[in-house]
Amino acid sequence: MKHVIVGAGPSGVIAAETLRKVDPTSSIIMIGDEPEPPYSRMALPYYLIEKIKEEGTHLRKGASHFSNKDIDIIRDRVSTVDPKNKSLNLEQHDAINYDKLLIATGSHPISPPIEGIDLPGIHSCWTLEDGRNIVKKAKPGSNVVLMGAGFIGCIILESLALRKVNLTVIEMGDRMVPRMMDQTAGNMIKSWCQDKGVSVHTSTRVEAIEKGSGESLKVKLDNGEVLDADLVISATGVAANIQFLEGSGLETDAGVLVNDRLQSNISDIYAAGDVCQGKDFSTGEYSVQAIQPTAADHGRIAAMNMAGKDTVHQGCVNMNVLDTMGLISSSYGLWMGTDGGESAKLSDNDRYRYLSLSFEDDVMVGAQAVGLTQHVGVLRGLIQTKLSLGKWKDHLIKDPTRIMEAYLANTQAIGHNAGVI
Amino acid sequence: MLRSLQIEPEKCTGCLQCEMACSYQAEGVFNPSKSRIKIFTFHDEGRFVPYTCTQCTEAWCLHACPVEAIVINEATGAKEVIDDICVGCKVCTIACPFGTVNYNQETAVVQKCDLCGGDPECAKACPTQAITYVDSDHSGLERMRAHAAQNLPQDNA
Repeated sequence: MKHVIVGAGPSGVIAAETLRKVDPTSSIIMIGDEPEPPYSRMALPYYLIEKIKEEGTHLRKGASHFSNKDIDIIRDRVSTVDPKNKSLNLEQHDAINYDKLLIATGSHPISPPIEGIDLPGIHSCWTLEDGRNIVKKAKPGSNVVLMGAGFIGCIILESLALRKVNLTVIEMGDRMVPRMMDQTAGNMIKSWCQDKGVSVHTSTRVEAIEKGSGESLKVKLDNGEVLDADLVISATGVAANIQFLEGSGLETDAGVLVNDRLQSNISDIYAAGDVCQGKDFSTGEYSVQAIQPTAADHGRIAAMNMAGKDTVHQGCVNMNVLDTMGLISSSYGLWMGTDGGESAKLSDNDRYRYLSLSFEDDVMVGAQAVGLTQHVGVLRGLIQTKLSLGKWKDHLIKDPTRIMEAYLANTQAIGHNAGVI
Repeated sequence: MLRSLQIEPEKCTGCLQCEMACSYQAEGVFNPSKSRIKIFTFHDEGRFVPYTCTQCTEAWCLHACPVEAIVINEATGAKEVIDDICVGCKVCTIACPFGTVNYNQETAVVQKCDLCGGDPECAKACPTQAITYVDSDHSGLERMRAHAAQNLPQDNA
């Protein structure tokens, strides 16, 4: 059996390793178009603050990790997929055949339709190469404009601030991380960042970028303001890398369409990670989540199915954790709540603390937390196990901080419950 | 033979000696807030529940880690965080459905129970044997028995 994986990010790597475990005699080829060994974009912010060196971003340590597992890595780009002949055309290498194919090509940053967006001095923060460029240009005292306060924008905030640049953030939504946190939390994060000396403009758009004097740029906002910038970072969103699949017959929407085995409409082709429109645990619908835990789950499950071990994907809980200059926030599942569902909220603006839990009947379906680092994972546990909370739902509505107690009281045989004394 | 922490909440008096011992072993200070094991208090029922990582087979934290900073100690079976490799991204803290991996803002890495390399201080510190370190095959047997008994039809129980 010959497995070919297109993409060398977390999904591709986990799929390759899983395949090696469950299909030991197979041949496994992983194709990636970046020059570095497989690395993690999640680690880039920590590379920017020089907490780690480049090697620290690598998904697997040890130069021979992949060759030890007999996983071949080809550095190239796939230009087209030919499902009829079960072959891939590469830009530089000869075409290769596959028995089973995994599309794990991830996503790419999208450029907003703004005049001047192609000028030199405007970078995205997506690849290691982007990271190197930002490190070079974000010098102390330089003016940096960050377009977009979504997850990626926010996660690089600290690295920029630590480089002592004059930082301005422009977000068109009415709060920071609008797709991850509600009004209360998003505004709490905004005021935290402003307190730390970052200028944050929400409900604001960049209208155009023009050349300024020397190498500097002028960033024109829709409120009439014009900002001088030595460096503009564009973090306005990502889109799945599906362009090369055009004409292949593979069905795509926001990503590659798959069933609950992560199998595409063509039976020998699977998809995983940011490029995959997979099942969402909370909604039951198929969407692109583009998060690390989902990429890892997809990689493993797709590989099991490719190896002929039928494995159903139950759906991933959409969740994120973010550190904006020391303020830690997280959200899970249907964090925005549901129609007719109850919720429990606790907030303390002065201390930057917020906890919001959403319920349907007596089951937790979503949660948001700001300033909470202890036992946050149990929020995922409560949601994903659909634990019936019984009287503990009322306890949580009175005091949302008792999430661990709610979990333990309903899952552990405790004291007299256990009937062992 | 693999051993596990066996926790019997019905024996716990809530004295927090395990938290003190854990904090001292792991961080060199007597500070329960630094402990990897936590006692949860149920005032209404007068109960205390020690809880820490079960070193679960699924190892959600390990699989979610983007940089291979959580590894299995082959001798103890513990999933251990390698501080030098952890970048502090916190993905494992939301991935662990048991809530037993926590981010430490002072050290900027995550922390979890590592079974103290095979000689857990919490078990040694517990004066009532609510926490014991036993052969993995035996942990939870009593509770499984109790749970099974609960589910028996009433007239057979």
